[in-house]
Amino acid sequence: MIEIIGYIFIAVGLMFDFFGCLGLVRLPDVYNRLQASTKCVTLGTCSILFGLFLFKGFTASGIKALLCIVFLILTAPVSAHAIARGAHISGVKLWDKSVCDKYEEDKKEM
Amino acid sequence: MKSRIILFFLAILVWLGLTWPPDWQHISIGILVAIFVAFMTGDMFTKRPHLFRHPKRYFWLLYYLPIFIWECIKANFDVAYRVGHPDLPINPGIVKVKTSLKSDTGLTFLANSITLTPGTLSVDVDQEEGFLYVHWLNVKDKDIEKATKLIIGRFEPILKRIFE
Repeated sequence: MIEIIGYIFIAVGLMFDFFGCLGLVRLPDVYNRLQASTKCVTLGTCSILFGLFLFKGFTASGIKALLCIVFLILTAPVSAHAIARGAHISGVKLWDKSVCDKYEEDKKEM
Repeated sequence: MKSRIILFFLAILVWLGLTWPPDWQHISIGILVAIFVAFMTGDMFTKRPHLFRHPKRYFWLLYYLPIFIWECIKANFDVAYRVGHPDLPINPGIVKVKTSLKSDTGLTFLANSITLTPGTLSVDVDQEEGFLYVHWLNVKDKDIEKATKLIIGRFEPILKRIFE
């Protein structure tokens, strides 16, 4: 029974990872691509690792999978934030059809 | 000193996780390494160690986790829908959000929560005035107050109880 749940988690994780990669190819600019890659890939990978934990239980590899989930959730958004900020400061433009850019307006005032 | 002790216990926990079936050799090396790490970097870990003593904060953290995970799952379906749709129904832009959180940890958690929830990605933080710049995949409102309510309305009160 628990193995079936593990398989389901791994399948869902693979699906989300796939959507994350698809977003990386299809979306127009750096910021939108970061959206797809951070959200989908973080949860997808966490889901795969959780499926692995369900398979292995509280053994050496299972506990390491849980630790990896914690580190992923803590670090993935931080790196995305760093990339987005760095891109904006070094002058990467938003997509043409973007609605507004409050950050650009405030940077001019500073 | 208190900050060092907290860091020591956290380091031991992570070490136990890394070397799971516990064994006296692993544990004794782990204690030595944790003492070294806590001694070297302990004073950078937290500036207000007394906050760790309030049990209420842990309950709020437990209350926050399911909400966060639920939002995270919703975010994934939202982004997957937008990416998979043939016309790419996106409407991106960077909006400004006002927050009343002041502490470093609170702001970090808020920015991380924003990044992992539906269609939003934090780009920069202005800590002195409490503004966050958020990239939004589907801008619903450019106004600061309405955007604040839509993006961080659910998290901010809880995070305030945990970290402030």
